[in-house]
Amino acid sequence: MLLGTLIYGFVNSAILALLAMGFNLTFGISGVANFAYGAVYIFSGFSVWILLNTLGIPYLVAVLIAILLAALMGLAIYYGVILRIKGMPLSEVMATFGLGLAIMELFRYFNFVGFRYTLPVFFDGSFSIGDVYIDYQRMIIGLIAVGLTLCLYLFANHTRTGLAFRAIAQDERTALTFGIDADLVGALSMALGCALAAIAAVVILPLGTIAVEGGYEVLINALAVCIVGGLGSTVGILVASVLIGYSQTFTANYLEPHWMMLVSLIAIAIVLVVKPSGLFSHQKELEERI
Amino acid sequence: MNRRKERIDRGVKARSADIFALTSYREMLYLMIPGAIPVVGLLCFAPMLSSYWREVIISTAIYALLAMSWDMLMCAGLLSLGQSLFFGIGSYLAGSLNYYGGLPPVLTLPIATIGGGLLCTVLLLPVLRLRGIYFAMVTLVVPLMLARLVEATRILGGTEGLTGLTPFPNQLTALFIIQLALLATLFGFRRIMGSDYGLVIKGISDNDRSVMSAGLNIYWYKAQVLFLGASVGCFAGAFGTHMDMFAGMPGFALDYSIMPVAAAVVGGTGTFAGPLIGAFILVPMSEMLRALGALRMVFYGLFLVIFVVGMPEGIFAFIQRKYQQMERWVDVS
Repeated sequence: MLLGTLIYGFVNSAILALLAMGFNLTFGISGVANFAYGAVYIFSGFSVWILLNTLGIPYLVAVLIAILLAALMGLAIYYGVILRIKGMPLSEVMATFGLGLAIMELFRYFNFVGFRYTLPVFFDGSFSIGDVYIDYQRMIIGLIAVGLTLCLYLFANHTRTGLAFRAIAQDERTALTFGIDADLVGALSMALGCALAAIAAVVILPLGTIAVEGGYEVLINALAVCIVGGLGSTVGILVASVLIGYSQTFTANYLEPHWMMLVSLIAIAIVLVVKPSGLFSHQKELEERI
Repeated sequence: MNRRKERIDRGVKARSADIFALTSYREMLYLMIPGAIPVVGLLCFAPMLSSYWREVIISTAIYALLAMSWDMLMCAGLLSLGQSLFFGIGSYLAGSLNYYGGLPPVLTLPIATIGGGLLCTVLLLPVLRLRGIYFAMVTLVVPLMLARLVEATRILGGTEGLTGLTPFPNQLTALFIIQLALLATLFGFRRIMGSDYGLVIKGISDNDRSVMSAGLNIYWYKAQVLFLGASVGCFAGAFGTHMDMFAGMPGFALDYSIMPVAAAVVGGTGTFAGPLIGAFILVPMSEMLRALGALRMVFYGLFLVIFVVGMPEGIFAFIQRKYQQMERWVDVS
């Protein structure tokens, strides 16, 4: 029981981390809170489904196309909407929220509702650790979460683009004097964030069905993790997803699955009272707090 | 393109800004007509409509109240994406008082308004210490989580909700109650924002640190604004509950969050008349587009984006400009 809880808690944490990563990346770099994040997530899910079942494209290719589409969508959102209202955070939030809502409800209108909207798992089957059975898909989720975190770390610290991203995040004006194009970096961060949402969708959605409500759920989970961890802090996201993920799994296994949803609410409440800007947001603490 | 548009205040606008307004009927009328339009329109013409359209006016007024409550919070720089929190709390408070306590609407409405306002303020108090999008994030998350709480713990009727609540005696009574509340909120909030107190609140949204350095406690002011906004939202919820004779999880639904924001943005934020106009455009329109089903939400979303990006001042500012200023093209070559 305990071993199972630990393993499934890890998978749950990995899911939360994957969900929050893209949102956090975009916010951390360009300061844009992408409230269309959930919409991008289910958009990717449905586009893989359409590519796979309607057009009959091989799974791997469909996944790659979907990730590319999500990135393009991020670029389109940035250049079409956000660039025109840049620097007004509240307007950005309203515009992306409205856009996300429109996209998600459009799927509902075209009747993308039901149990037939599922993605196949990567490898069928399961294996056991001790006496705990775990399917390959859940293991892949854990591996991809760890792998992506490493990739992002390397990208942010050892590539020119990654360093430019961090420069903009730290001090936009100084970065401008070094010839870094803030708009381009913002657009790229948006595209990368949306691509991460697509990756999360492709990896996580095989566990269940693709539903429009899932988009709202994803946004809420991402927000909860970001609030607890501190916006814009990668370490914070990881710690917060482990915290929330494990406490959710423990609640589900030892109390009642119903209470699982409340864990993040309680976590948000406690963090807001104790350390309002999140557990790990040293850098921006002064700006966010007044 | 050697022309530009020049805007000059109308003579009557310039004169009536001064003491002269009291000396001429023309100027008094000029000042009073804009305020009289909603009063006359709501109190005199709305009761003459058919029963169906009265119903539409009532639901429009509920959304308009939520939109004005949103606007009040926005005046202090608090962007709420969860007006359904206020609606849901007000609705459950009035509903349970009526269901378990058997209190009539005469008592549940004021209790739910004040009590709900206090409850929401206390609930959101921790977030007030943060600026910017944190408030938006938390208000978006909380109502959906509260709906889950109701579902999981099966308190307050669980997924079934509380049914069979006391309705209003008749439709006209309900209509007048909500219209009076609407007008009181509209003129009350406009009055508040026109006073020195309103100046402090605007200051908080423009530059909170300078307000702090003036020695004012901005958390206290923000809490007061939150209470004002939440009370109005809770009143809308309590009223809606007695109207539908039902309090349940749909009170926390996203409709009550997105519609007020869309209405306020379309109408023009910070004016309170704007959200009213926005609600009176969007809700009847959605009533006419009922056949489109889910596509209505798509329209609200798109309206929100288009107005935030393309016309951030909103319809009300446009009307105001036409009313107060003359426009003409002048040659600048």
